[in-house]
Amino acid sequence: MAQDPFLRALSQLYPPDRLLTQKAQLMTYESDALTAFQVRPQAVVLPTTQQEVIETVRLCHAHGVPFVARGSGTSLSGGSLPVPDGIVIALNRLNRIIKLDPEQRTAVVEPGVVNLHITEAAAPYGLYFAPDPSSQPVCTIGGNVAFNAGGAHCLKYGMTSNHVLGLKAVLADGEVVEFGGESVEGVGVGPDLIGLFVGCEGLFGVALEITVRLMPVVERYRTVLAAYDSLERAGKAVALVVAAGLLPGAIEIMDRLAIKAAETAVHAGYPPNAAALLIVELEGEAEQVEQEFQQLLPVIERSGATEVRVAQNAEERATIWKGRKGAFSAVGRLSPDYVVQDGVVPRGHLGEALAEIDRLSREYGLDVANVFHAGDGNLHPLILYDGQQPGALEHAEKLAGEILRLCIRLGGSITGEHGVGMEKRRYMPELFDPVSLETMRAIRRQIDPKGIANPGKMFPAKDAPAQSQP
Amino acid sequence: MNEKPTNIKDVQEATLTAAGPILPRGGGSKPALSTPTNGVMTLEMGGLSGIIEYEPEEYTFTALAGTTVADVMAALAENGQYLPFDPLLVEAEATLGGTVAANTSGSGRFRYGGVRDFVLGARFVDGRGQLARGGGKVVKNSAGFDLPKFFVGSLGRYGLLVELSFKVFPQPPAFQTLRIAYNNLEAALRATFRLAQTSLEMDAVDLLPRRDGCALLIRLGGLAEALPARATRLRQFLQEDTEAGEASIFSDEAEAQLWQEANSLSWTPAGASVVKIPLAPKQAPALEARLGDWPRRYTCAANVAWVATEEIAALDHTLNEMGLAGLQLRGQTTDPILGRRRGAALAQRVKRALDPKAVFGTNI
Repeated sequence: MAQDPFLRALSQLYPPDRLLTQKAQLMTYESDALTAFQVRPQAVVLPTTQQEVIETVRLCHAHGVPFVARGSGTSLSGGSLPVPDGIVIALNRLNRIIKLDPEQRTAVVEPGVVNLHITEAAAPYGLYFAPDPSSQPVCTIGGNVAFNAGGAHCLKYGMTSNHVLGLKAVLADGEVVEFGGESVEGVGVGPDLIGLFVGCEGLFGVALEITVRLMPVVERYRTVLAAYDSLERAGKAVALVVAAGLLPGAIEIMDRLAIKAAETAVHAGYPPNAAALLIVELEGEAEQVEQEFQQLLPVIERSGATEVRVAQNAEERATIWKGRKGAFSAVGRLSPDYVVQDGVVPRGHLGEALAEIDRLSREYGLDVANVFHAGDGNLHPLILYDGQQPGALEHAEKLAGEILRLCIRLGGSITGEHGVGMEKRRYMPELFDPVSLETMRAIRRQIDPKGIANPGKMFPAKDAPAQSQP
Repeated sequence: MNEKPTNIKDVQEATLTAAGPILPRGGGSKPALSTPTNGVMTLEMGGLSGIIEYEPEEYTFTALAGTTVADVMAALAENGQYLPFDPLLVEAEATLGGTVAANTSGSGRFRYGGVRDFVLGARFVDGRGQLARGGGKVVKNSAGFDLPKFFVGSLGRYGLLVELSFKVFPQPPAFQTLRIAYNNLEAALRATFRLAQTSLEMDAVDLLPRRDGCALLIRLGGLAEALPARATRLRQFLQEDTEAGEASIFSDEAEAQLWQEANSLSWTPAGASVVKIPLAPKQAPALEARLGDWPRRYTCAANVAWVATEEIAALDHTLNEMGLAGLQLRGQTTDPILGRRRGAALAQRVKRALDPKAVFGTNI
């Protein structure tokens, strides 16, 4: 190992405690939140400066060594799964908040800053960072940028890409580029390079500095929880809310299994025996929200709910959300393992999609818990399985694939917010025609000619048969 | 070459058979972007017109890129929906494709975002005459590179947009606008910084400097029942500050007229060149000091400046010195991009991928 010129060069760049090569040290980095897959990298580096990241990428490029940038490893699509002959660039220590301007409502941060920490730093000024993936106490902004992270509150103000105003990045071949700035208009003149980079799944390089926009904290929430005796009725209620011309901050649905899991895990006090729970949350200026609420409540009350609760204060609101936000890990208690999917269907097809998922679940003999962003048609079916059973993972993955195909058939997408990663890359040729896929590959080749930036993600392996490859 | 294609195949054909570089043209509402220079041929995209899919319950639509924004807005309005990014130059027959390619969102983009925040999918013809797509038709989509966003501001230099999908919102039922007078731009700017510390929700925040002072124009949109209280609250908040002068509140026709003026750029002298300049609000005073008498307006709480001038070279010089970029929308030009633009190295790489033979010109 000491003979390897690449590792020797790395060891000149990093002190031993920030260049990990021992098996025991590498184990933490072998997997992300797609826990069914583990790959040990050659080494892991822990840069503390942007310059170290730049030099590392340049070394990788010079030696043709693949690299995987990693934040907190919360990717649900294997987006930060290492490559066996490559290294992991762990960015948690690149975590300075460089600047925060409350008057311009912007912040400049390094990629290792935890999502929620941005909000905490902005809080004294009555501001927050809007994209709120459920992993936000842990996940980093660099990862949010790479995968265009979403969350429950995307309806009004969008996803990470809609909150990035400027970027500085090192491209896969070592060139450092900067674009955008502190204007809310972002790039503003010329093509939207920010839009291109956000969500590139690490295939273009590594973000070094990110300028984000901050939003004013919400003055008033009105949060309604409604229970239904069928998922279908809950779905129809969503259609009614939308038809009323309201634009809530969030609309979420959980099905019976997800509710049961959440209750057991966090005791949110949800109505027992509900087949479905609907959360509708209005947000905005007090006067406007109160008027909207006067319109929302009758719609919910007439939607056939078996029980309707209105949060009376911040605590009650937090309790309503506690169950939903903890749903994934709660479901994890119901079963030794699970696969979570992230498909999207046009909202009007939600009922049809859920009915079909239910049918597939019975056909495959696997329980599926459903938690989803009903406002934007983003489904999260959690497919439960027991990894100890031989073939169980493959069987669950096959069901997951059927659900993704269903989403494509209904005019949706294979991923709303988790990204393609390693997990769903084999479905890309079913979502995009060959010319479009090749166009994306061509762009990638111009930016990463050696194919070393986060390989094995987004694009299917070219020569491998579709089904046998992760 | 068919200079006014009526379908996508025609566009592909035109790309393959063009004798020289091509520049697309929509409604011609931003002539500095669509008037070809020497040897460059115009491809009229207005024949690619029509809404292909629109389901109001989905709050999304798909239309051919040459569809006028006016037609789209009319169809949306019938269903109580609108384009939150306030596309500019609606009356001048701006098209969807031109709006995306130019990235011209108006004052109303302050609330929910610009073109880039609402485009969901794009189909385009690349420099090889191939039809490709990025994004999709649903409001959340993380599959593949976000090419639809890349095409925002792409000026027809990377591909010809032929079909676009957008997300839309429910139309605010009513509006009121507050106008307050300040002594100068800095004072009005300070007022916007005070507003930035509140949770008030404003659809538009424009600053209109004149020789004798600066007006701050703030638009509130939402339920009619809530507007009077919100407008009063806003006025009272702003007038806590001694710098705030006279206030007036507008509604109905007069109110709509205020913003129509912004949307149509009718506050600029006819025939004057007009330039869009994104900037950080704190740069506004420094820019203001160098604009002399040129008519100008700051939108989105001074995150964008719009300047009307014949002296493009002088403005270009100013922008270069300040490290700002500008996009010229009207007036004579050889290259509508002024000042200093960053990230060209990355744009260049995409150009090589999408248009290696520079069928859409050599500019990036």
